Amino acid sequence: MSATLEKGIRVLKEVIDAPIASYFNSCVHCGICAEACLFYTETGDPKYTPIHKLEPLRRIYEQEYTLLGRLKKMAGLSKPVTDGELDEWQELVYNSCTLCGRCSAVCPVGNDIVYMVRKFREGMSASGHAPEGIKGAVNRTITVGSPMNVKLPAVQAQMKHVEEDYGIPIPLDAEGAEYMVMLSSMEIMNFPEYLAAVAKIMHQAGKTWTLCSTAFEATNAGIQIGNSDLARVIVSRIVEGAEKLKVKTVISPECGHAYTALRWEGANLIGRPFAFEVKHIIEVLGEFREQGLLRTEGFETDRLTFHDPCQLVRRGGVIQQPRTLMNMVAKNFVEMPDAGYMNWCCSGGGGASAIEEGEELRLQAFKKKKSQFDAVKPDRVVTACANCRIVLEESLEHYQMDLPVIGLTEMIAEHIPDQAPQAATKS
Amino acid sequence: MMNDLQFLTWVRGPGLDIAIGIFLLGVLWRLFEIYSLGRKPDLSAPRHASGASGLHTVFRRSLPPPGMLKRSPVSYIGGYVFHFGLAVVVFLFAPHILLITNLTGLSWPGLPSQFVDLAAVVTMAAMVVVLADRINKPAKRFLSTFEDWFTWAVTFLPVLTGWMAVQHLLLPYTLMLAIHILSVEILLVVLPFTKLFHAFTLFGSRWYNGRVNGHKGVPV
Repeated sequence: MSATLEKGIRVLKEVIDAPIASYFNSCVHCGICAEACLFYTETGDPKYTPIHKLEPLRRIYEQEYTLLGRLKKMAGLSKPVTDGELDEWQELVYNSCTLCGRCSAVCPVGNDIVYMVRKFREGMSASGHAPEGIKGAVNRTITVGSPMNVKLPAVQAQMKHVEEDYGIPIPLDAEGAEYMVMLSSMEIMNFPEYLAAVAKIMHQAGKTWTLCSTAFEATNAGIQIGNSDLARVIVSRIVEGAEKLKVKTVISPECGHAYTALRWEGANLIGRPFAFEVKHIIEVLGEFREQGLLRTEGFETDRLTFHDPCQLVRRGGVIQQPRTLMNMVAKNFVEMPDAGYMNWCCSGGGGASAIEEGEELRLQAFKKKKSQFDAVKPDRVVTACANCRIVLEESLEHYQMDLPVIGLTEMIAEHIPDQAPQAATKS
Repeated sequence: MMNDLQFLTWVRGPGLDIAIGIFLLGVLWRLFEIYSLGRKPDLSAPRHASGASGLHTVFRRSLPPPGMLKRSPVSYIGGYVFHFGLAVVVFLFAPHILLITNLTGLSWPGLPSQFVDLAAVVTMAAMVVVLADRINKPAKRFLSTFEDWFTWAVTFLPVLTGWMAVQHLLLPYTLMLAIHILSVEILLVVLPFTKLFHAFTLFGSRWYNGRVNGHKGVPV
């Protein structure tokens, strides 16, 4: 299926629903969404005003779904959406939007702007105007199974390392396990500590868990590029794996968009509710802690702060758990200004970090995050998203800031006593 | 050529009927056009959290989220003042209540006219400030189209002409009153087909936004 303008416009017509119509009719051009967007606040360029990023979609709405718009179109008074225009909008819809959702959180008339950007990307992708970087990531996920070309042997090699280092077996394809643990390629390649951390945590909690040989990759570039057909293929692998292994809960890794893809979009993509639950690893840790299954010893004493991944917190509702977990193992945990629900994005979410030509802009937008760090001057930053982590690391390096970034799950696991008494025998 | 009294009689009679007719049909049509598009049910498992729902957001979104008042003070404060001011002037001025009583039978107490007078002046001042902000602020100016300037004028004129009529300024009272009523009629006709329609759709928009977040257990 080749991408064409006609196809893109057809898709855009299809994605317009009552909420989008209501949103476009409610906008009063107050510009408050701009003040919430780090691409506007850090560049001062008004073209990055979130609602403006939707202008072609708005015109299609007006021309197709309003009486006056249709009359104007018939009279030849309306400006049609063209390939050239969509091409120009690529930068606005992808490079300068991380789907962080701050605009949707502040709009006084209640417009869910990021919902519309997500839908607009469907048409951009169908008309062939998605950035090459994300296209590549999607293609690799579809053909190889991972956006970073990670295959099962790489996962198995890691499993073996962890088993040797910690003496904890890593189950693969264990039918009937309670939890199926997903990974992101970023973790397999760059942050192998994650798998070891999960193994230690599960071991202490005495829970049965497994990896799945046909579905280990949780990230879904199909969501980021805005192609529901491809996103469905990627989610279906996980659903099939979870159903085959009859697990109760699938655990999304420390990755924001993987969580959104699986937790909120997954069932809608495949067209039926899941037979299993989906939880982010931080939610699972929160539950273990409440049930007394997560016990730690000792504290980090340096100054730590927590970077909220947008998809986990603002768009995902896991707001309190990371803070409770931080306080479990950190004596000197400080919050940045705007932390929690109104936190600022790492500047590379929503697929933006995969767009090479967007790097300069991304680094400029990062100044917002930098100012948050400067305000509390932490010794280390903790987060719960591998993509945030790599983007933060790269951006901090660019600004020559010596500020290590670590994952919350690993930090918790480091405080689990080695000879933890097993809870497995109790029920 | 109509004289002032004939003009006033027309705007009070057939003019008003036409304007109210277009307004009511326009509002009904636009609401149908928008909300009949429907939406797909959300199949993902909901997560319940207290304080998260469509209704919560309908009310809560009237207040600036943390940190936003400082970033856009004129939009918020100017916006509050002119919206409240408009409400006072439109619904609490005794002659307006009388008109509504004649049309619908509904009645409620008004405010002293000196107070409404003050409210009209404050409203106009706030609208001018908000307009200056639209010209001044890069993002606002960039977003602005003809419709933004036009709807501002269409909203401002009824306040200005009403105030001038009461103050007996510039033109004879009868003529000014007729112009005032005509300007309101233009506002009524324009409202359903411009961004002024946010007066109706904002409730739906906030509700949809809040509902999606309520489904995820995010209090917004």
